[in-house]
Amino acid sequence: MARKVTNSRRWTFTILAWGVALLIFFPILWTILTSFKSEADAIASPPKFLFFDWTTENYAEVQSRSPYFRHFMNSVIISVGSTLLGLLIAIPAAWSMAFQPAKRTKDLLMWMLSTKMMPAAGVLIPMYLLFRSWGLLDTRLGITVVLMLINLPIITWMLYTYFREIPSEILEAARMDGASLMKEILHVLTPMAVPGIASTLLLNVILAWNEAFWTLNLTTSRAAPLTTFIASYSSPEGLFYAKLSAASTMAIAPILILGWFSQKQLVRGLTFGAVK
Amino acid sequence: MATRHQKTLARLMVAPSVLLLLGWMIVPLAMTLWFSFQSYNLLSPGMEQFIGWTNYKYFLSDPAFWTAMQNTLLLVGGVLVITVGGGILLALLLDQPMFGQGVVRILVIAPFFIMPTVSALVWKNMFMNPVNGLFAWLAKAVGAQPIDFLAQYPLLSIILIVAWQWLPFATLILLTALQSLDSEQMEAAEMDGAGTWAKFTHLILPHLSRAITVVILIETIFLLSVFAEILVTTNGGPGYQSTNLTYLVYSQALLQFDVGGASAGGIIAVILANIVAIFLMRMIGKTLE
Repeated sequence: MARKVTNSRRWTFTILAWGVALLIFFPILWTILTSFKSEADAIASPPKFLFFDWTTENYAEVQSRSPYFRHFMNSVIISVGSTLLGLLIAIPAAWSMAFQPAKRTKDLLMWMLSTKMMPAAGVLIPMYLLFRSWGLLDTRLGITVVLMLINLPIITWMLYTYFREIPSEILEAARMDGASLMKEILHVLTPMAVPGIASTLLLNVILAWNEAFWTLNLTTSRAAPLTTFIASYSSPEGLFYAKLSAASTMAIAPILILGWFSQKQLVRGLTFGAVK
Repeated sequence: MATRHQKTLARLMVAPSVLLLLGWMIVPLAMTLWFSFQSYNLLSPGMEQFIGWTNYKYFLSDPAFWTAMQNTLLLVGGVLVITVGGGILLALLLDQPMFGQGVVRILVIAPFFIMPTVSALVWKNMFMNPVNGLFAWLAKAVGAQPIDFLAQYPLLSIILIVAWQWLPFATLILLTALQSLDSEQMEAAEMDGAGTWAKFTHLILPHLSRAITVVILIETIFLLSVFAEILVTTNGGPGYQSTNLTYLVYSQALLQFDVGGASAGGIIAVILANIVAIFLMRMIGKTLE
């Protein structure tokens, strides 16, 4: 593409785009800045943007007021655990749908997608009651399984779109050479599928990390991930903006970084391969 | 060619995920259906009894239900309009030649990765709070009366918060679609003297139609069950002004312990979602061919 772009045009768009981007990003920036302020500076009027006494005491405070680290670990265990469990179940399914498609495979995939459309409100009550009678309320096991079920359709779809791009001739060649199915999966398919599996993993960890219906309803304290923990700040005690910001910054930082790495796969994953 | 053995194996490999999803769909849904015909309150256990359609009659005649219905549609519709409209404009802007495009993209996509409870609390306290929020300061700076957003315009405020979270998603997907537009076609159109508007309506918009469909589908799935943003900002209030169907079912069941009534609401939510889903699946089925 050799369209000539005048310099002034380029600068106009640069300024415009940066302006809009900073505006959209501002709430996050503001949260990060506020997390380094004292509580008094956090509500100062006029607001203090950069010239305040930078402090890290809020971070220490958040940890001492509540076991922040435990909620953080809960988030890690629940999001990674549910994704790995989902991959374990979805990889064989996606493999078979991509390479041994039956007549109804496409319908099956659409049906899986449609399960995502079931409103959580329709199943909340029985899940809550079942969890209560099984002693699964506020356990990491319970919420991990639920999040796995929620993301299973997306995991299967994503893997399917990745697997489908692997040329089946290669698999057939391996089969001709007498490779067993296990060998075929382990030595031929897996290496080629690793990038697809990795981006599926990444996207679903992000989705599970931020899931805030089931985590809020099925966990309260022991198994509470960061979503539930942060929600406890909705009933404030005294001045809390700086502490809220510190807790929020720690909750969003890891996933923001992961997310930036995965933005290309994000489009593909969330659109079920329809937009690449 | 697949042998019979391989075919059986292929079915076996699909089976676990199908069975799990089937169980996840059917068991709780059947229970909800069952509860919806019962008089069942968590405060009086052991008093459950079959009461026919009473829960549905009660739920459908409750003004709160109609308010919640309306709020659900406004919430989904409002966020869709803002994010799809804004997303198209932003994608067009980000597709232009500029310095630091990569960084701009990273900044724009960021809100999508923020967990709902965090973004709702940050907006509620640090921006929309009528005393200490930034908006209040801005209003005072220009001599206006600060607005108590979540008390005066609760639903609109929640729409704005949710739209902020989903605008990046729409932008990113539309931008990706835009970048696959054939530049030769654009040049040919320019040579033929097509103006900016003509290029937009005849070339760009048709090219984006598939991506727009996908954005609408995915966002609708998530927007129908917006919950955390309401829970931590307004608790559905004042009154029922910011209660959507999901939140109504939640409060009926877990705050008022009326399992029967809430279940009837849940079933109604499922029926509604199915109506929406049928339309959407048709739409996406056509574009995904």
